[in-house]
Amino acid sequence: MTDPDMVPNAAPASHNSGGGRDLFSKFDPLIAERQALLDTGVRDPFAIVMDEVHSPVLATIQGKETILLGTYNYMGMTFDPDVVAAGKKALDEYGSGTTGSRVLNGTYQGHKECEEALKEFYGTRHAMVFSTGYQANLGLMSTIAGKEDYIILDADSHASIYDGCALGNAQIVRFRHNSVEDLDKRLGRLPADGGRLVVLEGVYSMLGDIAPLKEMVAVAKKHGAMIAVDEAHGMGFFGANGRGVFEEAGVEGDVDFVVGTFSKSVGTVGGFVVSNHPKFEVMRLVCRPYVFTASLPPSVVATAATSIRKLMHAADKRAHLWENSRRLHQGLRDLGFELATKEAESAIIAVLLPHQDKTVRMWQALLEQGVYVNMARPPATPAGMYLLRCSLCAEHSSEQVGRILDMFAAAGRATGAIA
Amino acid sequence: MTDREETFTKVKALIEPFNKKGVALTETTTFAGDLEWDSLIVMDFVASVEDEFDILITMNQQAEIENVGQLVDAVESLRNDG
Repeated sequence: MTDPDMVPNAAPASHNSGGGRDLFSKFDPLIAERQALLDTGVRDPFAIVMDEVHSPVLATIQGKETILLGTYNYMGMTFDPDVVAAGKKALDEYGSGTTGSRVLNGTYQGHKECEEALKEFYGTRHAMVFSTGYQANLGLMSTIAGKEDYIILDADSHASIYDGCALGNAQIVRFRHNSVEDLDKRLGRLPADGGRLVVLEGVYSMLGDIAPLKEMVAVAKKHGAMIAVDEAHGMGFFGANGRGVFEEAGVEGDVDFVVGTFSKSVGTVGGFVVSNHPKFEVMRLVCRPYVFTASLPPSVVATAATSIRKLMHAADKRAHLWENSRRLHQGLRDLGFELATKEAESAIIAVLLPHQDKTVRMWQALLEQGVYVNMARPPATPAGMYLLRCSLCAEHSSEQVGRILDMFAAAGRATGAIA
Repeated sequence: MTDREETFTKVKALIEPFNKKGVALTETTTFAGDLEWDSLIVMDFVASVEDEFDILITMNQQAEIENVGQLVDAVESLRNDG
């Protein structure tokens, strides 16, 4: 008798020649789930290739011209002529890369100029540029809170915040997403000794909801905590100067650290922390995700600095981005889609779908129509949700938003997502 | 009832809303294995335990807790600390 499970698979299922357990076996359930999904004939939502990119909002995917509605390219700076020219000039003048750490040979004049641009943009005394936004969070969380200190974070915090906590030695306490009362209670239960860092985000990127920062910052201050706000998805179009949700909430004076990224509104790659703390500069010596990695290429910091300076005067683009976001939200609601927020709170509009199968079919139908959105699934999403996440761009024309709504209507009806 | 028994009873009551499979709860019932909880359920459950006993269970402490008995011990010790 042969147990089919015991027959050696012809495919190279494992590589444990020594008889030990294959370290990859822990991923078997995920591999099987993914294969089952792909076997239904759908395209892999996590393996899209942009063959050509024509503008911040248009690309060619498998020969089809596609409107991009899932890029976080909120302000459409990636093809800005001044930004591109600055990058080309830096590439000519400084070469393709620094091949070094910021604290050794990797700080060029361009890195300092980029930090100057950030200081002006945020009106802060200090700015520190990291190689990615992920590393900026990794660096801040793991460095400033030690073993005796507490980091208090929102349960829906981004992976980079959680990973920064895991890298450090602090005691980690979570509160229920966006609950001011829950934050207050947990801060009230902390022992009197030990430092406290409350970590918040302006915009939570999965559902596109914003934090009640005015109330949360007041509660954190009441309990004597320092406050970090991640404005990855708020920079560029919240507040009078586009600094983020914390500016719009009027709490600039009470926030100790703002974390951000260049890979969204700024339109390139990189991360940063800005602060007015008088001892902030010591971070350059003690922050491992800053020290032990190569600095950004000269072309990248040149494009970032140029983009940041242009974002200071981008009121018209901001207004158009908000107009696009509100229109898409209203239009999708009118079509009968269930959305994660009642109104458009940010430039992220998340469409809720009941399960993975329907979500992937809807995602594929949209792609076939000619619009790309992000698919998100647990564990990245809160409460086991399946989402199609749209992020608007200031460069989407009103006509394109209209076409996007038409494509959602057609795809929604074809897949039964809407009546 | 001793304090620990009382805590055990309260913890069991807090588990029930998340005990979708109706697993019989003992000292050695594990959260990940027997109850098959994912990280999202753990978050909700821990918050409810914290609020019931007016304590904090840090993520660092949570990482050491695998079964119901260990949680009851942790709750007892945290209450006595406070």
